[in-house]
Amino acid sequence: MASNAIYVEAINQAIIEEMERDQSVFIMGEDIRRSVYGATAGLLDQFGENRVLDTPLSENGFFGAAIGASLVGMRPIVETLTSFMWVAMDQLVSQAAKMRYMFGGQATLPVVYRATMFYGGGSAAHHSDRSYPMFMNMPGFKILVPATPRDAKGLLKTAIRDNDPCIAFEDGTLGGASGEVEEGDAALVPFGVADVPRSGTDVTVVAIAGAVPMALRSAEELEDEGVSVEVIDPRTLVPLDKDAILESVAKTGRLVVADPAHKVCSAASEIASIVSQEGFWDLQAPIMKVAAEQVHIPYTPVLERLVYPSSEKISDAVRATLED
Amino acid sequence: MENVSKEILVQMLERMWLIRHFEVRVMEVHSAGEFTGAAHPYIGEEAVAVGACAALKDTDYIAGNHRSHGHPLAKGGSVKRAMAELYGRVDGYCKGKGGSMHLADFSIGILGESGIVASSGPVAPGAALAAKCRGEDFVSMVFFGDGASNQGACHESMNLAALWQLPVIFLCENNQFAVTTSYHDSVSVEHISDRAAAYDMPGVLVDGQDAVAMYEATREAVARGRAGEGPTLIEALTYRYEEHSLGLGRVRRGEYRTQDQIDEWRERDPIDVLERTLTSQGILTQEECDAISKAKEAEVEEAVEFARNSPYPEPEELFDDMWADPIPAP
Repeated sequence: MASNAIYVEAINQAIIEEMERDQSVFIMGEDIRRSVYGATAGLLDQFGENRVLDTPLSENGFFGAAIGASLVGMRPIVETLTSFMWVAMDQLVSQAAKMRYMFGGQATLPVVYRATMFYGGGSAAHHSDRSYPMFMNMPGFKILVPATPRDAKGLLKTAIRDNDPCIAFEDGTLGGASGEVEEGDAALVPFGVADVPRSGTDVTVVAIAGAVPMALRSAEELEDEGVSVEVIDPRTLVPLDKDAILESVAKTGRLVVADPAHKVCSAASEIASIVSQEGFWDLQAPIMKVAAEQVHIPYTPVLERLVYPSSEKISDAVRATLED
Repeated sequence: MENVSKEILVQMLERMWLIRHFEVRVMEVHSAGEFTGAAHPYIGEEAVAVGACAALKDTDYIAGNHRSHGHPLAKGGSVKRAMAELYGRVDGYCKGKGGSMHLADFSIGILGESGIVASSGPVAPGAALAAKCRGEDFVSMVFFGDGASNQGACHESMNLAALWQLPVIFLCENNQFAVTTSYHDSVSVEHISDRAAAYDMPGVLVDGQDAVAMYEATREAVARGRAGEGPTLIEALTYRYEEHSLGLGRVRRGEYRTQDQIDEWRERDPIDVLERTLTSQGILTQEECDAISKAKEAEVEEAVEFARNSPYPEPEELFDDMWADPIPAP
């Protein structure tokens, strides 16, 4: 049965439903019993201390403990913020990403890292990371970038049931966004299947996470100018639904990629690279990247707002693809 | 040595000889160019892993480090599959994808060796957490060196295991040198086992050249773990006869340790120590000990032949084993 939920409630529902469904699922993280960030509300009361673990401030330790637990048949969910992942990079990269391949397929690691990206709210350089491109560059992670409550819930449920290390990059700028969500198996959203929240014929805008609502606003504005924009939300970056992107570009001949992460070696770079190689003859204009400027996130709002993509920047890029 | 069965004592001697011959043969075939890459000889340290693993069951877990051949062989791993892995062949433990530093056998609880110092640390409390959550009685043990004992991952793991009272045995193989740096120059306490006090768990200093002492200390730690009494830190004081890694022969011994020191430790060779114990107690004769050595030498030679005859993986196997639930390659 469908109901309305905000993004962070949808995540909470996914965790509860999967913990009810499978006893091997448990969750660990900092301050989760008191649900400081909202997504773990009610878990302690429902599932008890053994399945809802508050951890010390010890990311390398508990990110790695989740790996150890997953190796012997548990299905851990780890809650964290993107900015704290750096502290645990050894466990993420040297262990979680590599173990299965390195051990010739003996290791199975059904572990989900939920990493919230808080940016755009005056959190400054240390607390505003959008780090998914770095993990795209490292083989071994499935990477979720949900932009709606439906996808935040559905992709997380799929990740918890998946048998590989997954990282859910949950977009803090969307935490209060509301939308319709399903329940139970009906809520599952498969990996590697892009969503097309708006169809159009003139320009394709591939938008990632928090850039999706910006792209939709831009598409509405541009409609008044007589420009028909198709918005594609890949929903997962690994695996990436490149067919959906290539098919759209085959129709429109023009591509803008909107990505809240830093623009160098970004998801946008990878998507542009794929289209320039595999969709070159469909293109009628250069591909435009609208990504974060290559600078650290400044604290003061007057500077911070200059860094990220915006609907205005996306509209400008779309117009640029239509210039003769 | 009370309550140590003859069966355990003989098995320990067999496994120590197996590791010794394995390592000696690895050094020979590596220098002959039969395979490439780093490999870290365990010669001189055999009593540590063998004594410790003798106190474990197949259902208990171990994780290890770059000095990686001794741990799986001590836990009963296949010498053929280990050797074939060093040769990069399909019959190797990891089908040739891991090599010397990444031996693993999940079927008997060997959760894999890691090439990054201390990165196996957190895996051990993780596996033990599963034991606690599911109410099962297995324990997990992690082998790490004196160098790793300074890594944050090591301390974070000890804190987690002690905080949650997990059945973990932290087994520090203090072979006294991190490559060329003496532990006296890198560790702030006199004994690494002293650090257990910081986590309110028992810390035990053991003669790492004495397999029986290793077995007894580990058996006690395992019993505590199974009884729900939490983790133990065991420091095994031992010595690495060879250089840090094959291929590092250019690091002259004199630069960081003396020949006298090496000779002194060789006089307390762990195999000699165990054989003296067994013969003096009338458990085995020297001839029987020698026969065990010969048999293990032959077993290693068989493994070398097995490895040489095993095929290399096919090119189409490059992408295999990336995913448990496969996705299209980008």
